[in-house]
Amino acid sequence: MSDTIISARELRKTYHVGDVDVHALRGVDLDVRRGEFLAIVGHSGSGKSTLFNVIGGLTPPTAGHITIDGKDLRQMSESDRTDLRKQSIGFVFQKYNLLPTLTAHDNIALARSMVGKSLHLDQDQQFQEVLTLLGIAHRLHHKPRALSGGEQQRVAIARAVVNQPAILLADEPTGNLDTENSERVLTLLRDLNERLGQTIIMITHNPEAAAFGHRTARMKDGSILSAATPH
Amino acid sequence: MVTKLVVENLKHRPLRTLLTVLAIGLQVTLVLTIVGLSRGLIEASQTRTRGVGADILIRPPGTAVIGMSGAPMSEKFVPFIEKQPHVALAQGIVVHGIGGLESITGIDIDRFDKMSGGLDYRRGGPFKSPDDILIDENFAQQRKLKVGDTVELANHNWTVRGIVGPGKLSKAFVEKKILQDLTSNNDKITMIYVKVDDPRNLGAALANLKKVLPDYQIYSMDEFLSLITPDNVPGLNAFIMTVVGLAVVFGFLVVFLAMYTAVLERTREIGILKALGASPGYIIGMLMRETFILALIGCILGIGLSYVARWAIISLVPASLPVISVPDWWWRAGPISLSGAMLGAIYPGTKAARQDTIEALAYE
Repeated sequence: MSDTIISARELRKTYHVGDVDVHALRGVDLDVRRGEFLAIVGHSGSGKSTLFNVIGGLTPPTAGHITIDGKDLRQMSESDRTDLRKQSIGFVFQKYNLLPTLTAHDNIALARSMVGKSLHLDQDQQFQEVLTLLGIAHRLHHKPRALSGGEQQRVAIARAVVNQPAILLADEPTGNLDTENSERVLTLLRDLNERLGQTIIMITHNPEAAAFGHRTARMKDGSILSAATPH
Repeated sequence: MVTKLVVENLKHRPLRTLLTVLAIGLQVTLVLTIVGLSRGLIEASQTRTRGVGADILIRPPGTAVIGMSGAPMSEKFVPFIEKQPHVALAQGIVVHGIGGLESITGIDIDRFDKMSGGLDYRRGGPFKSPDDILIDENFAQQRKLKVGDTVELANHNWTVRGIVGPGKLSKAFVEKKILQDLTSNNDKITMIYVKVDDPRNLGAALANLKKVLPDYQIYSMDEFLSLITPDNVPGLNAFIMTVVGLAVVFGFLVVFLAMYTAVLERTREIGILKALGASPGYIIGMLMRETFILALIGCILGIGLSYVARWAIISLVPASLPVISVPDWWWRAGPISLSGAMLGAIYPGTKAARQDTIEALAYE
């Protein structure tokens, strides 16, 4: 198994907005090691969210090369990218993105059902430990509207890791949280990274949040501005 | 898990779910009621015809099997027919339409009683004066009439003299001579009922009558009753098919609108599902399952409502609209509505499946 789980070379993404071409990624070079916690920082419009979407298989790149866990993303069909998201990637979003009609338990179980695993979370001892770590074991039977922002984000993290994906992508995971909850979520991400050995890529504009990662890559105008720096 | 998600989605918007189910249910009710009504009319007509007690029916050339009125035959045929071999009794009747599917029938009460075994008087009794009318219970209930009341029919005021049990020839009887005068059909009749001397002689009597009246429509009663079907009611099948077609279109539009709205409203949720790895097939399947549940509940509700509709119709207009229940049509009305609903969900489902995940996730 290669030590590099994500490798991008000259990665480009261009959006067509009306008659205008928007070059969101302009030749990104990036390597992420397996088990690494990488923070990507940059201002709004720097291209970090586009990079998040490309790495997550939500949109294909326009040019360049990118491999995720050894698979060439540019060679993948829509269906292949759907499978990639299902099997290898967990997402944590700024706005939590829990399904409002389902309880916390069912939101997590839904992700599990996508890969054909048992819906009984209580039978998965390792995941029970994760739930305890996240501090939501007693809140599982509540719907998202009955949970605080911090709790919702922790449920979203539980959903993202329930299938033990190789990569956890977090897009501004603390963007909607207060300082206390932000720190708790970031600490949890670092703990999960250490316990489960999951590769985490976190998009943030907050340098303090970025400091929780192993290293930080800075983006500007669609490119990685500086070589990722270790903390 | 998908089923749970579908059920929770339906519970999340109870009013929309209820309205969609109700709309699908109403189209099922519409189909079942129309079919029940058409069959009820046919059955009632068969029962009344059978109730005459005749063996043979003679009708003028070129007349429709059902819904005939007017008096195109000469009354002189009646004694002529009575002289034919094996004929025990013949009676001519006059049928006069009074609007819609209603008519009054002019009879010779003595001959009618002799042939049919007599009317079953529930209240009152037979004619006493020329302006008397006998009505059946359904007619009386619908028009809220009782013995001694006056009712205007065919531009004439009649006195209700008797209320009889339903199922014999007509819902309203008057003396034939009076109706002939009123409708300027002196010595004219609508049709002739014939009783043979012995059931074993029916074939011979029938053959002879066809021979002496070659241009007339002459049927044994069994043969005539077999002709009283929707196929022989002009336009009835076309009408039923039109109603069924409208029900399909209605169901299609209702579900299309409901699911289209649901897809728009759940854009973000669909984006979440796709981010989690839901394939287009998963999304379409989820919406189709939701539609199926809506349509299934709608069908069951529609069947239940058809009984309510039947009860309401029978209570309000028992004489005009004798609607019956048609369980054999559940298996047609159900799939018809289900098909319309599933068709209606295809476009919204496809739209949802094709939604761009990133745009969907950004949807506010």
